Amino acid sequence: MKLVKNIAIALTAVAGLASASFGSAAGKHPMQMEWSFDGAFGQFDMQSAQRGWQVYKQVCSACHSLKYFRFRNLTDLGYEEDMIKAWAAEYEVEGEVDDAGDETMRAARPEDAFPNPFPNENAARASNGGALPPDLSLIIKARHDGANYVYSLLNGYEDAPADSHVPAGKHYNPYFKGGAISMAPPLAEGIVDYEDGMAATPEQMAKDVVTFLTYVAEPKLVVRHHMGLEVLMFLGILTIILYFSMKKIWKPVKAGRNVYEDKK
Amino acid sequence: MSTINETIETEDGATRRDLLHVAAAGMGAVGAVMAVWPFIDQMNPAADTLALASVEVDLSAIGEGEAVVIKWRGKPVFVRHRTPAEIEAAREVPLDALVDKQTDAERVHEGHADWLVVMGVCTHLGCVPLGTKDGDDRGDFGGWFCPCHGSHYDTAGRIRKGPAPKNLEVPTYTFVTDTTLQIG
Amino acid sequence: MAEWNAAKPKNAVAAWVEERLPIISLVNNVVGSDTPTPRNLNYWWNFGSLAGLMLVVQIISGVVLAMHYTPHTALAFDSVERIMRDVNYGWLIRYMHANGASFFFIAVYIHIFRGFYYGSYKAPREVLWMLGVVIFLLMMATAFMGYVLPWGQMSFWGATVITNLFSAIPVVGESIVTLLWGGFSVDNPTLNRFFSLHYLLPFVIAGVVILHLWAKKISDSGNPLGIDVKSNADQIPFHPFYTIKDAFGAGVFFFVFAAFIFYMPNMLGHPDNYIPADPMVTPDSIVPEWYFLPYYAILRSITFDIGIPFTDIVFIPAKLLGVLAMFASILVWLFLPWLDTSKVRSGKFRPTFRWFYLFLVIDMFVLTIVGGKKPEGIWPMIGLIGTAYYFAHFLVILPLLGKIEKTLPLPESIANPVVKAAE
Repeated sequence: MKLVKNIAIALTAVAGLASASFGSAAGKHPMQMEWSFDGAFGQFDMQSAQRGWQVYKQVCSACHSLKYFRFRNLTDLGYEEDMIKAWAAEYEVEGEVDDAGDETMRAARPEDAFPNPFPNENAARASNGGALPPDLSLIIKARHDGANYVYSLLNGYEDAPADSHVPAGKHYNPYFKGGAISMAPPLAEGIVDYEDGMAATPEQMAKDVVTFLTYVAEPKLVVRHHMGLEVLMFLGILTIILYFSMKKIWKPVKAGRNVYEDKK
Repeated sequence: MSTINETIETEDGATRRDLLHVAAAGMGAVGAVMAVWPFIDQMNPAADTLALASVEVDLSAIGEGEAVVIKWRGKPVFVRHRTPAEIEAAREVPLDALVDKQTDAERVHEGHADWLVVMGVCTHLGCVPLGTKDGDDRGDFGGWFCPCHGSHYDTAGRIRKGPAPKNLEVPTYTFVTDTTLQIG
Repeated sequence: MAEWNAAKPKNAVAAWVEERLPIISLVNNVVGSDTPTPRNLNYWWNFGSLAGLMLVVQIISGVVLAMHYTPHTALAFDSVERIMRDVNYGWLIRYMHANGASFFFIAVYIHIFRGFYYGSYKAPREVLWMLGVVIFLLMMATAFMGYVLPWGQMSFWGATVITNLFSAIPVVGESIVTLLWGGFSVDNPTLNRFFSLHYLLPFVIAGVVILHLWAKKISDSGNPLGIDVKSNADQIPFHPFYTIKDAFGAGVFFFVFAAFIFYMPNMLGHPDNYIPADPMVTPDSIVPEWYFLPYYAILRSITFDIGIPFTDIVFIPAKLLGVLAMFASILVWLFLPWLDTSKVRSGKFRPTFRWFYLFLVIDMFVLTIVGGKKPEGIWPMIGLIGTAYYFAHFLVILPLLGKIEKTLPLPESIANPVVKAAE
């Protein structure tokens, strides 16, 4: 099985190099949490993801868009279609141009994306002291160690140390690159009334919203983990059979027999 | 091929050789076939396309005798608010006179006979028949007329004359309320 | 020189085709039962067929992705996200394609370094080797343009930095860059042409691969002992011996590949590429994909001009020198058959060469790490030393070593690897 060794060596090297090349994260190293979606058997904790949806809807969505998330995706989190329709209808989106040529607004439908809180980037900046609240659809994948990073950031607000310089209107957060973040601490005890009665501590809310956002960033994670197991098992068995098939075919060669000669 | 077959046959006999190699080849083939599926299935409608598969129509704005065209799944759907005279005309036709034998009642929802909903696609070669807008040529039977090859449809959307083989297709639809129609 | 064996298919249809177009002979003579192959190829020889398989995987998954991708700056990122979220199995196919690039490079790097060790570039296989270098260059171009297509931050800034390399060319540099961009910055015309070329080049690669296999047929496979085949006892038919061995190797390789696709799909990528391209904001550090890091390190290691010391006269400014060094670092491989003066092919019988080979491998790893670091502190110095050693290996060590090294005695034959009595 020298081949296995060769490949293993090569991959370890590549993996090592890939991680070595990302050595320059500027903020404080994020807290390492345990997540339901970690590991080969990881799945989304549905209860937590549902609570996270509530946190996003009631807190984050005031400033952050979620443009790749559609209301219909909520079926993946275990919601019924009627509920989804009702939630969607709470929001207005641009409708078609009417017969008089005027632009209209209509209630959102399940196939619509979650509406952006601001009409455009400039409006978003103007409302947020010049800073643009990033879209959160991919935030977990767009940051190193994204789940832990977002969790740490949400819980990481501190009083600024004496030697740091935090400009007016900004807040000190050591997990943020540079330490000064425009977002005010978003989570306060009890800011959300959880439907399932869970106590809404900042830690709990951060955990829930990270679970939700991880779902939004990687909606196929569960099916990917399942299919991966099947594929790896299949390839494993196939490779073992191929190995024995190879050993058998090679037997005369390994025995030193001249298998080519009689051909000529 | 000959070399290896001979070599192994003399050693182990044919059956044992077959089993292991056939298992390997068979499993490889099965794997290849399974791996092909995602590459084919990706061509099927995607989730966002399927999500748009139904559309709601507000009927209150369509007066008697009027018709509208709705875009559904990228194709036109005719929604016609029929007059009693049009319904009567459609119901009078004997089945023998039809190419594609369907009664008018089969083509509308019970209790909503004044609403005719049909795909605006001629069953001949897929053109869009005229007859929805005011002033359109409605053909010899007061329904629709396809200008491409001259198919005439009646007030129930049934083919009466011309090359089209079938009546205009009726899509699946439901009345959400008396004034709201959901197609799809 | 390998002889050509005409196939005589038993099947009537196959025979009919064969008479008119000897396609069956062609396959049979390259990977068939009529292909005499040295009996002693080790597992390092598996990576050629693995690279070929990865090319097939990339072409198939790429063609399918192109059915859903939109090459427009306003829509590219969205269309990729649509593939990931809405297209049936889109996530699988995209992760396959993105990681497939890395695994293609893994296979090809091992294939190349196998060639370095066993002297696969030496007579009569010079053309075979050079075609391989051409394939590698085409792969680099293809991979680079492919990385631009998702139109994330790394896509955009990678494209900006690499196309700007050409501005180092004296006089016409700026015009060339404008030509490459089709505008005054990397923008929609750039994205469109990169998409077009990214779709085209893999088929060019496939064409050169056929030439590569043809050259392999003509000059015969090398082997770990580096000695020529002397009799039929030294060889075995390619099929079924190496087909089954390649199939087994593919099983192992695909197992690891699948582990990445399903469990670490983003590990080899960069998080910044999940941020849509923004021409106004450069990311903290622009890092190419891992397989480009050594060359990126060589590019950045040169920070000095070449000119007359203590005057203002500059012959080659640092920027140009860096670019030249980067291209030269691969082009030098083309001359390897003549730079390596040793009469002995295989590193197995070259005790001193083996050490230098090891140093080269280490040097490549060091350069890879340097390429991923910000050019601060000690890193530029390490990069410069690594670059100097890299060129020294090919331009100084190999030519001299062949003249002075005392090689070990070569075996009698492949089938009978008893070492000839030392003279």
